[in-house]
Amino acid sequence: MKIKILKDILSANDQRAKENRELLNRNGILAINFTASPGAGKTSLILETINRLKADIKIGVVEGDVSSSLDAEMVVKKGVPVVQINTGGTCHLDATMVASAFNNLPLEEIELLLIENVGNLICPAAFALGEDLNVLISSVPEGDDKPHKYPVMFSKAHLVVLNKIDLLPHVLFDLPAFTEAVKGLNNGVEIFEVSCKTGQGIERWTSWLSNRLNKRPSTS
Amino acid sequence: MHELSITKSMLDLVLDQAQKNGAEKVQGITLVIGEMSGVVDDCVRFYFDFLSKGTIAEGAHISVKIMPAQARCRECGKQFKLNGLDWLCPSCGTTQINIVEGKELYLESIEVP
Repeated sequence: MKIKILKDILSANDQRAKENRELLNRNGILAINFTASPGAGKTSLILETINRLKADIKIGVVEGDVSSSLDAEMVVKKGVPVVQINTGGTCHLDATMVASAFNNLPLEEIELLLIENVGNLICPAAFALGEDLNVLISSVPEGDDKPHKYPVMFSKAHLVVLNKIDLLPHVLFDLPAFTEAVKGLNNGVEIFEVSCKTGQGIERWTSWLSNRLNKRPSTS
Repeated sequence: MHELSITKSMLDLVLDQAQKNGAEKVQGITLVIGEMSGVVDDCVRFYFDFLSKGTIAEGAHISVKIMPAQARCRECGKQFKLNGLDWLCPSCGTTQINIVEGKELYLESIEVP
């Protein structure tokens, strides 16, 4: 006998992500899930964001890596609460891992939660964490063809950051082609061109983020 | 390699649904996997053999329906199959397209005695 089910295979993760989102909302936290390939500049952008916003906004960080606590150690030096998740080989964070990180974060003291996913442009697309925003970081040395090679990630992003624009004069990267490909797959998505090294464009990103934070619904 | 987590989730869902339907054995499983979901069906089968051992789904046959990747042009409305790196609308040549099919990943049905 055949029984029709028609249920998403990741519905359990989606449910847990929904619970995470509710917990974050109750605490008035805006959560961002940063995804990128390894080395695109996720940690650099997080550190730059902390540098610029720390004085005005209470920030918390969840670092996801297959192994090591190198990224978390850099965040700790900034005086920001951070939890390192080592996935032990798993290629993405999932909602349960993030929920367990919440137990070790002072949620009531956080306004902005920056979650660094495992460097990978495939697997994290399938696993919701409970974030408000998906920010995809791409970088100039990776090449301008990435949107069409990882279309699911690019089409899901709420915002795309193109990092390492200081390298544009030195590498083959067709910026108009990249922009057209991203906007073709993801209608209306904003692209922030930045260099975490020189600081170019970071101000525009952090201003956007501050404005977005001010639009959060009040929890009081 | 996210197929391991996905197969675990799939098995949990299958066992849960089997229990809800009072089944004592699961003989078959039909999955729908989109071409762009990033999930490789052979990997799912491979992990399933390991994970299902000792459960009522052990030995179940897995059938997979692959959904082709389809896009719709935002300019002219044409719906078309995405082939490889060809991301242009075949009708008007624009890159303004929405992916409308091919990201699916769900359990369609289970077969029980």
